[in-house]
Amino acid sequence: MSRRTRAAVAGLIGVAAAALAVEAVVRLGWISPLIIAPPSSLPGAFGKLWVEGFVVQPFALTIGQAFAATSAAALAGIPCGYLLWRRPTLGTAYEPWIGAAFAAPTILLFPLFLVLFGRTYATTIFVGFLAAVIPVVLKTREAFLGVPRVLLDVGRSLRLSEAALVRRIAFPAAVPGIFTGLRLALIYALVNIIGMEFLIDFGGLGRIVSEMYFRYEIPGMYAAIFLIVAVSWTFLAALARLETWLRPR
Amino acid sequence: MLAVENITKRFATPEGTISALEGVALDVPKGRFVALIGPSGCGKSTLFNIIGGLVDDYAGRVLIDGHPIDGTHHDVGMVFQEESTFPWLTTVENVAFPLDVTGVPKAERLERARRLLALVGLEGFENRFPAELSGGMRQRTAIARTLAFEPKLLLMDEPFGALDEQTRLLLGDQVLRIHRELEQTTLLITHSITEAVQLADQVIVMTYRPGRVKRVVEIDLPRPRTSEIVSSPEFGRLVATIWNDLREEASLGMKDIELHARAGH
Ligand SMILES: Nc1ncnc2c1ncn2[C@@H]1O[C@H](COP(=O)(O)OP(=O)(O)OP(=O)(O)O)[C@@H](O)[C@H]1O
Ligand SMILES: [Mg+2]
Repeated sequence: MSRRTRAAVAGLIGVAAAALAVEAVVRLGWISPLIIAPPSSLPGAFGKLWVEGFVVQPFALTIGQAFAATSAAALAGIPCGYLLWRRPTLGTAYEPWIGAAFAAPTILLFPLFLVLFGRTYATTIFVGFLAAVIPVVLKTREAFLGVPRVLLDVGRSLRLSEAALVRRIAFPAAVPGIFTGLRLALIYALVNIIGMEFLIDFGGLGRIVSEMYFRYEIPGMYAAIFLIVAVSWTFLAALARLETWLRPR
Repeated sequence: MLAVENITKRFATPEGTISALEGVALDVPKGRFVALIGPSGCGKSTLFNIIGGLVDDYAGRVLIDGHPIDGTHHDVGMVFQEESTFPWLTTVENVAFPLDVTGVPKAERLERARRLLALVGLEGFENRFPAELSGGMRQRTAIARTLAFEPKLLLMDEPFGALDEQTRLLLGDQVLRIHRELEQTTLLITHSITEAVQLADQVIVMTYRPGRVKRVVEIDLPRPRTSEIVSSPEFGRLVATIWNDLREEASLGMKDIELHARAGH
């Protein structure tokens, strides 16, 4: 068995053991099934979600919004982070502010966004974008700062133009760090979008969780939460692909 | 080929001005292999960066073929002291990099890169990534990459500084072969006396802070040489001569370090 398969098997065994433990705890009546759905009820609940049309479309909606928010965060954040590196004065001036904004729960400003954009995808995507762009900016700057000086010196000694220096050396050297930012961005975007969908009962999987919650369909709620995990898993796998494509090592 | 005239370089530090180089002058005629040796901290890398055109605000002049340089120069190839291969490129892509940026067509640059990899003894490792190579192999990749654009002057800053003595002797053989095959004008910076004597036509000994040229030793050992030369009596005599010069300087450096260590605690 390869190390990867062994790791995958070990992971599955762990998850199965945890599911069994939860099942036992609920069956023994230590925790009410109204709080935690027994894992054995999930396949059925999933089937029910499917029949109601609560799987494919909400999944696609949530993944689409997360994609839009993360892409926008990348498009805006990577150039910003780059600029904060290229202009050290700007970097030193703004890094602490952006770092502080990272801790701010921007989602709590949702009434403002509702006023601005209404109960639309613009609101959910904007909330996701706002949370996602900050780690992209910070990690991009960090990634460029971490590029070993000697690699840039090699480029200089080869008389590369400033633009070529960035494109051929600084950027590829910074790719792993930038992707750390993108992974964080995706997670922040997703959490905030789901939260927003839940709060305003709108959109994809967050709305389904909310719906199940208000119907007291606890297994359905957990099944929807599993779908959210599947969204983030799909997305992270796609990011990993993109990263190896951009930088095989 | 290369003439360094009266170079002086000072650094402003919080503890005051450090005079790294003071009136350094040297010549590297075409086709010659010159080694520059000095204790750690004597300003070797500073001089390397000045000759390579990566540092300005120094006093004095660097001339290539009689023309003073202003910034980097297309006839000067640099091999850095630190690890400098690009980790995202394979060995052959690393070596082809300088040709890529100057627009040499792909087939031709890969062909030239393969030849250079063979020259530095890395045949069969073309498609490995730097992370899969040893430190010595990575430095040889860096040397091949610098040779790729056929600089008239090869500048190397302790390329094998981080390696053990045995490996260094064997890599020295490869450097000798490169020098012989390409008749490459070379300035090698090193802190290893054996390496300097094994490879060079001339060894320049530097003083410790401020870095000055203390003595120039001609190495009249016959060429072609191999690492076997280290066991010859002439070799021993030359090493002893240089060590005599260097010992004083190195101990000055040591004292400085101890002083700093004490001041720091
Ligand atoms: N950017 C800098 N700012 C301040 N001081 C510097 C700077 N670069 C080098 N120095 C100082 O100049 C002196 C010479 O440094 P340099 O790196 O040239 O030494 P070196 O001979 O290459 O040493 P080593 O053999 O350890 O590589 C050192 O004392 C160092 O502290
Ligand atoms: Mg040095």
